Amino acid sequence: MFNLGNFVDLPLVWYGLIGTAVFLYVMLDGFDLGIGILFPFAPTDTCRDRMMNSIAPFWDGNETWLVLGGGGLLAAFPLAYAILMPALYIPVILMLLGLIFRGVAFEFRFKASGNSRKIWDYAFHFGSLTAAVMQGMFLGAFVQGVKVQGRGYAGGAFDWLNAYSVMTGIALVFGYALLGATWLVMKTEDETQTWARKTAAYVLGYVGLGIALVSISMPVMNDAIRELWFSFPNIYILLPIPLGTAVLFALIWRDLHTGREYRPFFLSVGIFLAAYLGLGISLWPWLVPFSVTFRQAAATAESQSLLLVGTVVMLPIILGYTAYCYYIFRGKASHDAFYG
Amino acid sequence: MLDALDPLLLSRIQFAFTVSFHIIFPAFTIGLASWLAVLEWRWLKTGNQVFAETYQMWVKIFAVTFGMGVVSGVVLSFQFGTNWSVFSDRAGNVLGPLLGYEVLTAFFLEASFLGIMLFGWNRVSPKMHFAATVIVAVGTLISAFWILSANSWMQTPQGFRIGQDGLFYPTDWIKVIFNPSFPYRFVHMVTAAYMTTAFVVAGVGAYYLWRGLHVSHARVMLGMAMIMAVFVAPAQLLFGDMHGLNTFEHQPAKVAAMEGLWETEKGAPLVLFGWPNQEEETTKYSLEIPKLSSFILTHDLNGEVRGLKEWPSEDRPPVAWVFWCFRIMVGIGMLMIATGLAALVLYFKKRLFETRWFQYWCMAMTPAGFIAVLAGWFVTEIGRQPYIVQNVMRTAESMSPVTGPPIAISLAAFIVVYGAIFGAGSYYIVKLIGKGPVSSDETFGAHGLKKPPL
Repeated sequence: MFNLGNFVDLPLVWYGLIGTAVFLYVMLDGFDLGIGILFPFAPTDTCRDRMMNSIAPFWDGNETWLVLGGGGLLAAFPLAYAILMPALYIPVILMLLGLIFRGVAFEFRFKASGNSRKIWDYAFHFGSLTAAVMQGMFLGAFVQGVKVQGRGYAGGAFDWLNAYSVMTGIALVFGYALLGATWLVMKTEDETQTWARKTAAYVLGYVGLGIALVSISMPVMNDAIRELWFSFPNIYILLPIPLGTAVLFALIWRDLHTGREYRPFFLSVGIFLAAYLGLGISLWPWLVPFSVTFRQAAATAESQSLLLVGTVVMLPIILGYTAYCYYIFRGKASHDAFYG
Repeated sequence: MLDALDPLLLSRIQFAFTVSFHIIFPAFTIGLASWLAVLEWRWLKTGNQVFAETYQMWVKIFAVTFGMGVVSGVVLSFQFGTNWSVFSDRAGNVLGPLLGYEVLTAFFLEASFLGIMLFGWNRVSPKMHFAATVIVAVGTLISAFWILSANSWMQTPQGFRIGQDGLFYPTDWIKVIFNPSFPYRFVHMVTAAYMTTAFVVAGVGAYYLWRGLHVSHARVMLGMAMIMAVFVAPAQLLFGDMHGLNTFEHQPAKVAAMEGLWETEKGAPLVLFGWPNQEEETTKYSLEIPKLSSFILTHDLNGEVRGLKEWPSEDRPPVAWVFWCFRIMVGIGMLMIATGLAALVLYFKKRLFETRWFQYWCMAMTPAGFIAVLAGWFVTEIGRQPYIVQNVMRTAESMSPVTGPPIAISLAAFIVVYGAIFGAGSYYIVKLIGKGPVSSDETFGAHGLKKPPL
């Protein structure tokens, strides 16, 4: 049967593709969730209308990357999906419930008036916040390793919950807030923009702290990771990642104070990318740390081949029309028209 | 006490609840998207503002419904893993790519062009906007294609082998995707979605006519809906019958449960009503039409129909659920056909839009499609039990290594949250219906985005 396994290293290609999908999710829904996190702190209701308007045409497409990440994991690495989902049962459910409130708030908020609009403002905020905290906690639980026996999860219902995962949960909240704030600097003007600029500068320090804590703790907790980063010559090859991240922080700080509108957002994405690459390098080649590698979790070559064909054809098309949608809704968001 | 929380039962209830809740929305949006495309096409073709205004009213209802469909659908894509991880592991090779294709070919398409459909009225040309509506409509159908293919494979699996490790490996993708029940299930479900939408639209149109509001819009709604009732409702009977014959061939135990037949007989009767009793292995108080079951299923008055006793009791589906849901579905289908016939008579008497009792009737039929769709899915899903993949893998051996209490809590949370969301969504939809179609310029802003400088 149809099999591309002789031509390409399928598990490796899929490891890259799933990694890309997850990163696109984090980047795209990151700024949506970030706006939800910052929502109640905005100075006026007008600001809040603008904030929501700036992401309303995009959030659904952005969330679809999460479905691709989940569905793609099932298709390409079913064993990893089958181990990680039960391991993260409670935080996954909480994230989904958060995303439900966040998602319906877009529609309901503009149809509600007076006090009931407040309900959906808070649904939007707490939904986004819950989803962000849970995603950060996945990360914390993930890097600490997952207990596996045979082909199944062997740990308890609360293995994911500890001080470390709480820390990564909070860190990701600040990370998303940075993406959201810099998105607003780009997509809004006047008082909303001024406030977003201040907010971005404020959360920047916490993002730096979060990244530093994770970067220091991972080599401390795990000998293999320490060996990887600090042995010769790796330390020189990998040094550009932390150094580049530091440069990105400095540039954002400067941009926020010199009035640049577009670059802070893309620099924030750069910070996420650097942190993500750092994690990927540290956890290589584990897909379920430190039990199952991406090769062990891979679906059979026929399955990975079939979906690879679809991905090669569809992914450029998807990226094309996604870009088209962002182009159609380019420019600054205002507050004066509604969902109706 | 915590031991009393059976994780298998709780997982089954949770999946049944979340998937049932979810299917309500696609059942409506598949039809609504196609109808909106027709409305916009009529508007572009005729320039008649009534079509545009009707479109603009319903596209808002579409947005609310679609939003609820999206958020409840995301839940499902994770529940295969959270609650049915052993199934995900074993069947992932076969079903994973199908679900992956659904995301790649449908979800992104729908989500991206929905933005243009809702907020792009002043930002793109009318033709491009129409294209966006058509793309969303096609996206809903592509989505139905893949998910129904995956579901049908679980009903009538083929094109795979079971490895030494117990995992399923694909051997022929065409056989997997176009498995025996898939074409029937696809046609039957898409038609059901169209009928569901038609009866919601008919109900709203009838309400406006009854109140004497938005009469020209209401005539479009009721008129178009009744075209569906006249032509498509009878076709659905045919599609359903063909699907039933396919089930008889591949899943005879399900058909036996639908018919409430326990003994294998030649010339089996059609049980109109009765009370199936799983323990006593009989259908009590049954009202039967002799030989009709054999005739429908085998096209021979003396054809053999296998009864439930052919299968050991642990391999039989819960009969009463299947039996009753099947009758609810068929009964509603018959009422839909009757509605079409009545509409036809009234149309030729030139009283379709003025007849009071018919307006009440159409209003009462508004939720009919939803009930029929849910009942139909209950028949096919409960009828497949105790298997998750027919005759190959049991539901009981599919579940995740998760204990009862977390599932009990998540189930309770889903019930509370979905109840609140569904209540709010319904409330806002009713408000939108109350507001009705309004003249075109005051709605459909560019969603707060200033027109960019050219």
